[in-house]
Amino acid sequence: MDVNDKIVADMVKNNIEFVTTVPCKQLAGVIDAVEESPDIFHIPSNKEDEGMGLCAGAFMGGKRPAIIMQNTAIGVTINTLATLIQYYRMPLPMLISYRGELREPVACQVEMAVHTKALLAQLNIPTYHFHQQSDVEEFDNILQYTFMCNKPVAILTDASFWGGYGDQ
Amino acid sequence: MIRSEVLKTLVPMISNELVVCNIGIPSQELHALDDQPSNFYMLGTMGLASSIGLGLALAQPKKVIAIDGDGSVLTNFGTLPTIANNVADNFILLIIDNGSYGSTGDQPTYAGKKTSLAAVATACGCENVIECSAEDTAAEVRKALDGDQMTIIVSKCESGNAKNPVITMDPVVIRDRFMKAVSS
Repeated sequence: MDVNDKIVADMVKNNIEFVTTVPCKQLAGVIDAVEESPDIFHIPSNKEDEGMGLCAGAFMGGKRPAIIMQNTAIGVTINTLATLIQYYRMPLPMLISYRGELREPVACQVEMAVHTKALLAQLNIPTYHFHQQSDVEEFDNILQYTFMCNKPVAILTDASFWGGYGDQ
Repeated sequence: MIRSEVLKTLVPMISNELVVCNIGIPSQELHALDDQPSNFYMLGTMGLASSIGLGLALAQPKKVIAIDGDGSVLTNFGTLPTIANNVADNFILLIIDNGSYGSTGDQPTYAGKKTSLAAVATACGCENVIECSAEDTAAEVRKALDGDQMTIIVSKCESGNAKNPVITMDPVVIRDRFMKAVSS
């Protein structure tokens, strides 16, 4: 099973039925897999804080949510994480493409990469970093943990995890 | 009519409905007029009432009314295409458009100048958009509640705020009692 199918299978296993996405090149495969899943309602967002609002509503409506986004979104969503998701104590798995790491071709992406873990740590958000493809084996446990503790949880997935950008 | 007077006319019909209410003075006004477990008060995060309301409407079958403001919709304009393209017929978005940022000192918004939120919603693809006066708002909300079509109502009212205390209820209590109302 490739990583995209494994991620979606673990979401379904954990009863995640509502997934919002803001695209990233690295996430194209997993977004397609979410879209194709008959068990998941996929709702693309225009901005990640909007997506977190949708997830908060879905959670209160009885559906387990998740958001898929790029790490630059941490800069967009700090207020929403602090004053909505954390303040009202809601679970939110955040599958995040970790741009600006090893094998990154776009220099500007490094500028948010260097802040990503520090910002997540400042927010006391449990953070996992997938670097090898085998790291995906932890995903199921991370989802269970997220819905056990009712917190936002970050899963950073770098270019090495996704197989890089091909020949550069 | 100012916002609190509009809200007062709505209370009889929304008291038992699921309501997601905008941050700041709108939530304080609704809380003072008619506190209900079926009200979700936003204590932070300007702009997301419509997103929370849509997510809630898509996740379960009960009717959901999101009470938003013109300034808040302006800060989360991306919500309108998302609403238009993910139709939830149990969702009513009521934008109380007083042309000002009421909670921060009544500074004017662009919605009170050249920008029409009803026109923007329509351009975004929303199919049932109604602009009405403050006085007609209750009748339009009644119609939307009795119908089975997603509705966006832009209620044009005067700028101004009622004086009410801030909400001191714990956010987890607000969320917990709201979720119990959703699932009851």
